[in-house]
Amino acid sequence: MRFLRLKAVAKKELIQIRRDPLSLAMAFLMPVLLLFIFGYAITLDVNNLAAIVHDLDRSGMSRELIREFTASGYFTVVREAGDPRELDRYLDAGKARVAVSIPADFSRDLRSGKEASLQVIVDGSDSNTATIALGYVSLIADGYAARLSGGRTPSLIDPRIRVWYNPELKSRNFIIPGLIAVIMAVIAALLTSLTIAREWERGTMEQLVATPVKNPELILGKLIPYFLIGFIDVAVSVLLAVFLFGVPFRGNLLVFIVLSSVFLFGGLGLGILISIVAKSQLVASQISMVVTFLPAFLLSGFMYAISNMPAFLQGLTRIIPARYFVSIVKGVFLKGNRLVILAGDGVFLLAFGVIVFLIANIKFRKKVA
Amino acid sequence: MFKSRERIKRMVIKEFIHIFRDPRMKAIVFVIPVLQTIVFGFAVTTDVNNIPAAVYDLDKTYETREVIRRLKASGYFDIRHFPETGEEMQDLLDRGKVIMVLNFKKGFSADIKARRQASLQILVDGTDSNTATVAMDYAGRIIKKYAAELDPAKGAQRARLDLRTLAWYNPELQSKNYNVPGVIAMVIFLTSLLLTSMAVVRERETGTMEQLMVTPLKPLELILGKTIPFAIIAFIEMALVTVLGTVIFKIPIKGSLLLLPFSTAIYLLSVLGIGLFISTIARTQQQALMATFLFYMPAVLLSGFMFPIENMPRVFQYATYVNPLRYFLVIIRGLFLKGNGIAILWPQMAALFIVGVLVIFLASFRFRKRSD
Repeated sequence: MRFLRLKAVAKKELIQIRRDPLSLAMAFLMPVLLLFIFGYAITLDVNNLAAIVHDLDRSGMSRELIREFTASGYFTVVREAGDPRELDRYLDAGKARVAVSIPADFSRDLRSGKEASLQVIVDGSDSNTATIALGYVSLIADGYAARLSGGRTPSLIDPRIRVWYNPELKSRNFIIPGLIAVIMAVIAALLTSLTIAREWERGTMEQLVATPVKNPELILGKLIPYFLIGFIDVAVSVLLAVFLFGVPFRGNLLVFIVLSSVFLFGGLGLGILISIVAKSQLVASQISMVVTFLPAFLLSGFMYAISNMPAFLQGLTRIIPARYFVSIVKGVFLKGNRLVILAGDGVFLLAFGVIVFLIANIKFRKKVA
Repeated sequence: MFKSRERIKRMVIKEFIHIFRDPRMKAIVFVIPVLQTIVFGFAVTTDVNNIPAAVYDLDKTYETREVIRRLKASGYFDIRHFPETGEEMQDLLDRGKVIMVLNFKKGFSADIKARRQASLQILVDGTDSNTATVAMDYAGRIIKKYAAELDPAKGAQRARLDLRTLAWYNPELQSKNYNVPGVIAMVIFLTSLLLTSMAVVRERETGTMEQLMVTPLKPLELILGKTIPFAIIAFIEMALVTVLGTVIFKIPIKGSLLLLPFSTAIYLLSVLGIGLFISTIARTQQQALMATFLFYMPAVLLSGFMFPIENMPRVFQYATYVNPLRYFLVIIRGLFLKGNGIAILWPQMAALFIVGVLVIFLASFRFRKRSD
């Protein structure tokens, strides 16, 4: 491998990238856009769920219970129904996610020490929100009952729960570090996967083959400019995450830079391999979506916990580099993991990168011959 | 001279030949969406169970074993580690091997027997806030229930409130019922969008678009000839994916099946329109790919697919009104899970139709302008 030829290929690729400023602009816009959406627009935290209340008791006690629902901040009462059929209508149309129904003898039963009943219906179609909402409902009902019986009767076991790493349980802290891994996978998928296919389609590949450039030089040379773009994206994402969104960065920056480079190398290598195999940009784009972006998005543990997946999928995630990188990024950001703990994941990423690079080399040779 | 209909028909045939000339395209167009639906249908789950957990038990008595047994029996926890030291416990959490540790101090059982309040420390890895919230809730409830059984007298003093909770539409609260219809909509969205925008740009890049323009095809015929094949492909994909998705994941279809193809048709209007629109902006396939993605990601994130729209800030909630995926998700979930009919879904359908017509109109306008 000659450095001079490597440099020449990298320079050529850089010129070609510069010639397409629209794509380049989009490559830099992407991480910013995604971070803003994840930082400002969406959250997995459940609050202000629309609730409809049907109060047949209309007593001070029932009103007190309703007040507790609103005061919790988890529920917003959008309507006081006068007719039970309204509950159905609101749930069916999705205008309310929770329906609370208080029977006529609610306060009488409570006062006379009989068991009072309270019915709560949740819209289960979004099972995640529903599960969390049910948890809040029982918490509020428990608290209400405890207060009524005058002071607290302490339970015999007192579970003291402490949350580590993300004590306020902010979903933003959980999602944004993982998002950085996804952004890198996306850049790899979108930019490098077309680079060689494009040369085949336009016929410029024959010209490249005719030069004394060797395969590894061509592949590495093509990789370098995209590596730079990817790295700028990572830097921008980390800065935005820490300074704008206040995500804690507890680990070592150097460790993070080294491991990100390793991941980026593998991801870009995979993009080039797809490009070599596909030879057509249309085919390459579809393959790269399936092989790089979607697994990074859905199978990496970025949002959906791997431990919840069926066993065969958990096995599949083991060959997905983004899985290891997501756990590295979260570890560095939130847990302040040291290199010793991350080394195993790092070694996998390195092995993945090298193997992909070698395969790309072999496949490429065959095509030229 | 051919009639307009005949010209469009010929062009559609030409397009099909063009698309499938690369034999791999058949696999890409029909196999990939199916694979995606299956893999992602299984992956996109927010059901929290088998939470990896550890127990650091310094008491080792009947009572601690009973707590462990109950947690295991609930099915929510997978207790797989029993660290012997505090460092070991910390290490398990640091490495993410478990996300919850129960720590029984010495004297736990003695306290219970002496009717003193026994304490128990639960450490939760809050990194994944969603799983952590649910895990804490489950553990808390199981332990409280056990405590109440140990001490029935205290339970009796309490005001008795019988909370009856019900989950409608999805009584077992299985996230697949909610997510698989969403995955179907998302997969069709991505493959169609990408295929349309890139194929049209490719035609421009290779210069064959100019050849088409010197034929007697009128601009509108050209647009129809270009989009109809993708519409047909998307329709077949949709049928394939819906049938497989509902069979494999046992998704209930409570509503009318007739409404599904009808709504799909309205949905495709927008999807293909957006694809066509992107193709009028992009000069190269690289640009088409990037632009498709730049549109696709926000559209998915701001659709209610994973993140409820009512949790978003106002500005973003308004932005979702122009997102076709938003309407289609409500329709497809309503059809599958709630058994909604046209009486409830018509506003969504009307909105989807309006968005679709606007997009198609805008795309055709730009397309014709670029063709001149």
